[in-house]
Parts: sequence; structure tokens; C-alpha cells
Amino acid sequence: MPKDHGIGASSKRREDVRFLTGTGNYTDDINARGQAYVHFLRSDVAHGRITNIDTAAASEMPGVVRIFTGADFEGIGSIPCGWQVTDRFGEVMHEPPHPVLAQGKVRHVGDPIAAIVADSLAEARDAAEAIELDIEELPAVVNMKDALKDGAPKVHDDLPGNLCYDWGFVEENREAVDKAIKEAAHVTTLELVNNRLVANPMEPRVALGEYNRANDESTLYTTSQNPHVIRLLMGAFVLGIPEHKLRVVAPDVGGGFGTKIFHYAEEAFCTFAARQLARPVKWTSTRSEAFMSDAHGRDHVTKIELALDKDNNFVALRTDTLANMGAYLSTFAPSVPTWLHGTLMAGNYKTPLIYVNVRAVFTNTVPVDAYRGAGRPEATYQLERVVDKAARELGVDPIALRRQNFITEFPYQTPVAVEYDTGDYPATMDKLEEIADIAGFAARRKESEAKGRLRGLGVNCYIEACGIAPSNLVGQLGARAGLYESATVRVNATGSISVMTGSHSHGQGHETAFPQVVAEMLGIPEDQIDIVHGDTARTPMGMGTYGSRSLAVGGSAMVRATEKVINKAKKIASHLMEASEADIELKDGQFTVAGTDKSVAWGDVTLAAYVPHNYPLEDIEPGLEETAFYDPSNFTYPSGAYACEVELDPETGRVTIERFSAADDFGNVINPMIVSGQVHGGIAQGVGQALMEGCVYDENGQLLSASYMDYAMPRADDVPFYSVDHSCVTPCTHNPLGVKGCGEAGAIGSPPAVINAVVDAMQSGGHDVTHIDMPASPSRVWAAMNG
Amino acid sequence: MAKVQMTVNGKSVSGEVEGRTLLVEFIRGKLELTGTHIGCDTSQCGACLVHVNGQAVKSCTMFAAEAEGAEVTTIEGITGKDGSLTAVQQAFQDYHGLQCGFCTPGMVMSATALLKDNPKPSEAEIREYLKGNICRCTGYHNIVKAIMAASGQDVGAIAAE
Ligand code: FES
Ligand code: FES
Repeated sequence: MPKDHGIGASSKRREDVRFLTGTGNYTDDINARGQAYVHFLRSDVAHGRITNIDTAAASEMPGVVRIFTGADFEGIGSIPCGWQVTDRFGEVMHEPPHPVLAQGKVRHVGDPIAAIVADSLAEARDAAEAIELDIEELPAVVNMKDALKDGAPKVHDDLPGNLCYDWGFVEENREAVDKAIKEAAHVTTLELVNNRLVANPMEPRVALGEYNRANDESTLYTTSQNPHVIRLLMGAFVLGIPEHKLRVVAPDVGGGFGTKIFHYAEEAFCTFAARQLARPVKWTSTRSEAFMSDAHGRDHVTKIELALDKDNNFVALRTDTLANMGAYLSTFAPSVPTWLHGTLMAGNYKTPLIYVNVRAVFTNTVPVDAYRGAGRPEATYQLERVVDKAARELGVDPIALRRQNFITEFPYQTPVAVEYDTGDYPATMDKLEEIADIAGFAARRKESEAKGRLRGLGVNCYIEACGIAPSNLVGQLGARAGLYESATVRVNATGSISVMTGSHSHGQGHETAFPQVVAEMLGIPEDQIDIVHGDTARTPMGMGTYGSRSLAVGGSAMVRATEKVINKAKKIASHLMEASEADIELKDGQFTVAGTDKSVAWGDVTLAAYVPHNYPLEDIEPGLEETAFYDPSNFTYPSGAYACEVELDPETGRVTIERFSAADDFGNVINPMIVSGQVHGGIAQGVGQALMEGCVYDENGQLLSASYMDYAMPRADDVPFYSVDHSCVTPCTHNPLGVKGCGEAGAIGSPPAVINAVVDAMQSGGHDVTHIDMPASPSRVWAAMNG
Repeated sequence: MAKVQMTVNGKSVSGEVEGRTLLVEFIRGKLELTGTHIGCDTSQCGACLVHVNGQAVKSCTMFAAEAEGAEVTTIEGITGKDGSLTAVQQAFQDYHGLQCGFCTPGMVMSATALLKDNPKPSEAEIREYLKGNICRCTGYHNIVKAIMAASGQDVGAIAAE
């Protein structure tokens, strides 16, 4: 019987009611009295020198409050980067300044040049047209290989060669890996592109800055996954506002997928301008602006080599990657191709020797940073593609080759620094073979062929690393922040509870799932527990939500705080029942004394805590509220096996997804309904990457895919029903809930399954095609088969 | 500026608008009905979908002035007087057809319009109809399932959760 409440129940989401009735409270729904509107004048060239900017006439336009340019931000901090990578020669990365508004130069299409603040948005836009602006256009670098060439145009004047860093991992393995590859019985080589994507949460970014002169306090409402991180970065590094005078609120947020982690110039601008003008200032991104100002994702070019011995055991792996940083370093950009990518290159396999080289490159494009999976999809894609190619070269079954090389003993120390605590890769593969009906594929292929279609099957595995931590380790790796999470459990006098969490929900359903955990621990109904998040004034310092960390790290903090509450409540109960504390048990919301029929209810204890008439005041304080900060001892390692079946129309090159199956091991699951939903969404994004999505620049750095007319988002008729399963459970060994995280798996595991299937389909038609780059659009597929 | 008058969710409303004011801007800005969302500027996403004279309309494709005299229904106007959810809204909750909720009002208004014209749509018909509504969160699985369930179809056989 499935549970109907507590851990493991598919409790319906309480947040849905407000979203379904139009009463959500997204940032753009908030308006401050007397607010002004800002419109950003953005660069329409990829690279250029600002030779003249004259705002005098524009400032006289109706409704204009003030026009700001880069000159207004001299002496104001640069938008900071939160991660410093040290390269393989021991040098720290190159970290150019990132001004709020362009100073002297523009470096990508969309770089903000001026900010027009006016009484209405229409007036701000009208005034932007009246700004006199001269830009001397400079040659742009778009392609990473070109950017690294001698004499290439310089994105930043003091950085010839445009190289941010050259990272080697693990550097000590380099020679051994080279030797093993040279001596191997077989080496499979693959060059591939991980296409640049735009995250595209459906809610565009919004920022509303307010300033209260009475107490010198600034408030920023913003579409963020991590309001405390924004407060820290913006307050301490950009604007110099102490944290106690700065409140950041991220209310209902309409999707994030990584792109709402980062601190953006528009947030700093609205906060700054509100102080300058003593008037609220609001910015709402249009979708077109989002395409040229939200950090993009992926954009790697990789050569990968897999060496096998004569028995098809993996013996060594070597990768060489160029990673696009865009024009400036976004908040966590340097960590994505390095620590979130190199550490995953062992995948599910016991390859003993691995060397990863990554060169991060500046180009005249929008900054690139974490997008759902962040580094892990890039790692999984190259590894699972090269394994598949090796199987085809060697004429062995791709599933069998994977099984032969699976890691089967845990804990497992990989050669790329991380230690997997637990997993069962054969079990998820068995489950996949069952739910995907791999055995029935041959018959389905015949049916497709009878219709004149090719049919392909692609299978792959993935491993991910979630809940990146512990803080002291990530500090050594270059993180400029801790990666703990916090929770305060505030029990009210009548027994209801508010849980203040530092993590943030923007679709993940924390308001439903988190109370399930606390309710299970206390034995009280879920509806007595509310989650408070997204406001630095109401929650303890927390690092927010990304990297599938909310439950594994934030949930663990909540468990720890709840344990503290239980311990104190037991003390109170022992006093009320005049029994020894050691004999007190808590079950179904009742405290009992073991071996007796004495009991007091949860509500009696909570009332006593706040009305402490009969209370051990000499031993414990009144009140019942506890806070915990949880810093994990390791990452968590969800894993799984995915299968995709495609049909390919050889006449047109069009590929359709016929079946998609996912067998995941997320450890323990709190709300299976929500978990499945996370996987569904991830799969659609992965399918989008594999078949449809691509952010395209022309050779001059013009962004060609800047709207939904040109950037192909997956729609309802591009995907099928998916078959997902998370019944394979190896609980995480080092967090109290045994949970691993599920937010990114779908996006990590699905692109290689799709491309493996497309290649399989083409080969089944007798085409000698061993690889196709994403997105495998009809024209690309047709060209590959007919070229 | 010109005066425009229309009926929104059964109430007569009016306001001064510029010629260029879009219906969605009027709904969100003047009427403060913020359940109708703006997800794009090329009329591709459907977050702004409302009903105008009973037809599904993307309210970013229409000037407010063009809605003079029209009957407009937004997401705020479909629930029962006692706050009860419609069958479509309830199915979206029951089958987890939403995550961040941003596309949701448009999805619900779109699905409601579909079921009015086609009370038992097939999976393929639903997917085809929803082409104008983008959701980045759900992968559409549970949205399609919810709409099938709302139309009284048995969705028990559709993969788990
Ligand atoms: S806002 Fe109207 S279709 Fe996107
Ligand atoms: S639920 Fe987030 S866009 Fe659909």
C-alpha cells in the first residue's frame, strides 16, 4: 500500500492552489507605490568601443527620471565571480572586471550600456531611442578555437589569447594516462560539441529595488534561486551595503534551472538606483532581453579518447575540452567545466586512469554558467557517447560493455577525486531493461521499417554528484562560499510549526515535501507545518537551491533542527509526566513514558514551552525553536540508466521520440509524485538539447536565436509519455534521510540516450555514421545520411 | 489615451489606455489581475492566454482597445463562487500538472477552451492543441495526463505517477 502521508507519500502539492487560481505572487506581480521603471539600452554589436554617449536630449523626454551610464558606476564594485579556479601550472584564473553598466567597451550583444529610469516603461523605452550613442565596432571572437589563436581580437584588452585558465585533472595522472592510451589494445576517439543552450525558465527575470530612508534599508525583490547569496554578493562586493541593511526577497519564482542562481547587473542596478533616487525602481525582462542577458549553458567542444584492453575492460580515459565562458565570468562559471565536470568523468565505470584537460575561453558572447546539471551533463554526454561508439567499433552489445565495466563495490574511490558512497548500477540497468522492454525492441524496429522508418535504440547510464560539499573542501577547490544549508524549526504555542529554510522552491514543491519529513518525525499532520523560504529577513543564512541540494542538504538541516526540537520537547514532557527523560517516547504526536500508560500530547508540551507555569525553568529555557546548519561530509551520487527509442524518417531526416524510459536510484524518496515530475521535466530539457535547442551566433557575434521564433523550445507534441521508475534504492550513507537528489538527473541522463538512438537508427539503415552533433535537427540528420 | 470598457470575469471595467497598450498589460497593470502572465514577446508561449468572447486568445496579441465591449475571462474568473476548483484545475493538482506554476494559468485556460470544443480529446489531439503553450518544468507528461483525466478518461494505464 502506498503511504498516504509522511515520508514516501505522494501528497498533493499545497502550493498548487494559488498557482491554479492565479493568486501566485511572482516578482513581477509586486508593485511598489511610486515605482519608476527602468529600460536598459543594450549593445547591438558583439564588440566595440563606446566613443560617445550623450543623454542630454533623452533626459528631457517626458517622464524621464534619470539616465545612468557606466560613468555613474565608477568606484562601484564589479559583478563578482564566486569561484576561483587554479590552473594546472598553479596560476589562478584570469578574472576580468564585470561592470554593472559598460565602461568604455561593450563585449557581447546585450551588454547593458545605459539605464533609463522613467515614470512608465513606455516612456523609458521612448527615451532610449533619443540617446546619442556612437560605438566603434571592433572585430569579435565567437568561436573558441579562433579566440585562442595568436593575434585573435582580445575580449579583454589585458588578456591576449583570451584564455581564462588551462585546468588539468588529475595533473599527476597525465603521463600515466598518455602511456596507457598509447599501449592499449583499442582506443575509441570522438570529437563532439555540447551545444550552447538557454535555460529559459518561463518566468523572465525581474528586479524591484526599494529604499527606505527612515532606516537606511534597501530591499530587493528578485527572481532568484538563492536570495542570501545575492545579498552577500551584491551587498558586500558590488554596492557596499552591509547585510543588516539589505533584504533580498525571492517570492514565487517561475522556474530557475540554474540561470537564476547568479547575481546579475540588473539586480545591482535597481538596488543602487532606488537608493540614488529614493524611489522604487523596477525592471522586468522581456524574453528577447532574457536571450541576451540570462547566463547561457553548456557550450563545450571536446575530444575524448577511451582506451580498452583486449578483453574490453576500460583502462584509461583522456579528454580535452574547450569551455566557453562568454565575455565575463558569471557567478559560478569557472566551476562548471572543472569541479562539476572533471570529477564526474569516471561515470559508472571502474576506469583506473583518467585525465581531464579543460581550457576556458573568453568570447564576445553572453556569459555561460550552470544550467540544469551544470558540467555533469557535459561529462555524461561525452562518456556515454564514447562508450557507445566503442561498443559499435568492437561489435559488442552496448549494454553488455557497460555492465562489464560497472563499479560494483562501494565505497568506491574514483581516480578523479570523488568517492561514491553507494549505488547499484546493475540493478538500475536491470530495471531499465524491464521498463523499456528492451527485449521487444527488435519487433518494434520491424514495425517501423514496415512503415519505411528507421528505428534506433539508445541506452546509457549516468552518475551525478549532488549537494556539493563539504565547505572546507570546496573552499580548497576555489569556492568563495560555504555550501552548508540551514533550517529553523519554530514551534508555536499551539503546536503548529513554521520551518524557515535557506533553500528555495521554484517549482520543486518544498512547501509540500518538507512538511512530510517533519510530520513523519513528530507524528503530527502535515497541514500543521508551513515552510517559509525566499526572504533573507525571515530565514537563516542559506545557500539556496541548485545542484539538487535542497533535500540532501537543506532537508538534512531541517532534520537536525527537528531533532533538537524533539530533544527539548522530551525534556519538557518528562517534567510534565514526572518521568525520566530517557523513558520518554514520541509517537503519533503523543509523548509517552515507556512501560506506563502516561501520556501528554504534542500540543500540551508546546503550550507548556510558551506558558511555562509548570516548567523546569532552572534546567531549560522557555520556548521551542531550534536552528541547525548542516554541512555534508560528501556529495551524494544519484545514478541511473536511461533508454530512448526514436523513429527516423529517412526522407526528411526528422527524428521522433517514440519511447523514453528512465530507471533512477535517488536513494530514499520523500514524495514519489514530485520526484517523477522532476525527472519528466529533465527529460524534456534533455530531449530539447539533443534534437531541437541551440543558441546560435553568427561569425560577427550577432545572436541569431534571440526569441522563441528562432530558439526551438520542446512543446507538447515533441515528446511522448515517459516511463520513469525510482524503485531501485541504495540510500545515501551520510545524510540523515538517506536521500540523494533528483532535480537534474533527467537533463543529465537523456541527451546521450537520444543521440545513441539516432546513431543506431542511422546505422540500421546502412549509413556509416558514427556520430552526429546536437541538436540532431532534420537537416543535420539528413545531411549525415546523404552527405 | 482613449477610454476602453469591457467585462472581465463578469464585472464591467473601464480604463484609459494608450493605443499601444496590450490587453495583457491592461489586465495585469490596470486591473491588477496578475494571474495572467507574460512569458515572451513574440506570442509564442501562451502564458498570457485568456478567453475573449468565449475564444482562447493570447492576450499579448491584442490591443486593449480591441477588446472594447468584449467579455473577457481570466484565470481568476473560472473558479466557483465558493472558491472550488474546476475539473481542469483539480486534475492539474491531482496529477501534478504544474511545478513552478508560471505557465499554469495559460495552460488551464487553454485546456478549458479545448475541452469545451472537444470534450474527450485523444492524447495526440491534446498535444497538438497545446503547441501554443510552452512549459519548461513538467515535460508535459502530467499536463496531458491531467487534461485526459479532467475529461473523464481513464489514465491509470499511463506510466507511473
Ligand atoms: S506572453 Fe503572450 S504568448 Fe507569450
Ligand atoms: S510549470 Fe513551470 S513552466 Fe510550466
